Amino acid sequence: MKTLKIFLIIFSLISFSQVESGEENDELKNKILKNIRCLICQGQSVYDSESDFASSIKLIVDRKINEELKEEKIYEFLREKYGDWIIYDPELSKNTYILWLLPLLLFLLGGVIIKKKIKF
Amino acid sequence: MYSKKNMKNKINLIILFLFLIFCFIIFYKGLDNPNTYTPQNNIEKNLPIFKAQDFFTNTHIESTSVFREESYYIVNIWASWCVPCRKEHSLLMELNKNESIKLIGLNYKDNLGNAKKFINELGNPYMQILIDKDGTLAVDFGAYGVPETFLIDKNKKIIKKFVGPINKEIIEEIRLIVE
Repeated sequence: MKTLKIFLIIFSLISFSQVESGEENDELKNKILKNIRCLICQGQSVYDSESDFASSIKLIVDRKINEELKEEKIYEFLREKYGDWIIYDPELSKNTYILWLLPLLLFLLGGVIIKKKIKF
Repeated sequence: MYSKKNMKNKINLIILFLFLIFCFIIFYKGLDNPNTYTPQNNIEKNLPIFKAQDFFTNTHIESTSVFREESYYIVNIWASWCVPCRKEHSLLMELNKNESIKLIGLNYKDNLGNAKKFINELGNPYMQILIDKDGTLAVDFGAYGVPETFLIDKNKKIIKKFVGPINKEIIEEIRLIVE
């Protein structure tokens, strides 16, 4: 009876940890899919789309997660195949630095103008 | 004192005006850009390494054994349900006559029976056909739809990508590259 109890506890612990890691994987998968642009749809992410292209990408992402590939590596794989355009959140690179730095510059410029006007 | 302030205001107005013109030009230019995805067709990419099922024998084959010869290859993604594929098929049959090119077909998300009927009806231009049941092989090639055609050079690099059905101009372009 005692061994049966121990066995049951161990079994439930193992199955619980498996459920938890499955949930983590689902969360990661959804996060990645929401950040991938569906290239044949207008203004939709792969997560939102039911197109053939999106369903293939979903399978690929699922497979890569199961292969325990890191999020960044999955983006790298897709970028290599389809270019930067496929990722909604672009990396800071020589092609995107204006995109990243211009809002910051405008913000600083605004700050300077306000400081000059208020003169405190 | 008044004129100095007036001057400063004028300069500010001119700067604001120039800034607005700059924004207008940027947005106006942006109107010309297509808001759909335009793939980069001329970027050299390595041929993906994969394992796939053969269309006729159902055996699993490695990509290295498919592209083993030192020759130009064309990978054409097709499906029996795809209407433009039917249209381009006669051109593929014509391309097949060129001995320096080897044609590989990638049957995309298709019903095997329908695909075989398609090939029996219109002819088989392909040296080998691989099955891509779930569309993941097409993603390995960087394709996003069907039909799509890739030209692979002797160094096993994808050198051209043709999105949509091929036409006479594309056949001529391929012929010029190969020769």
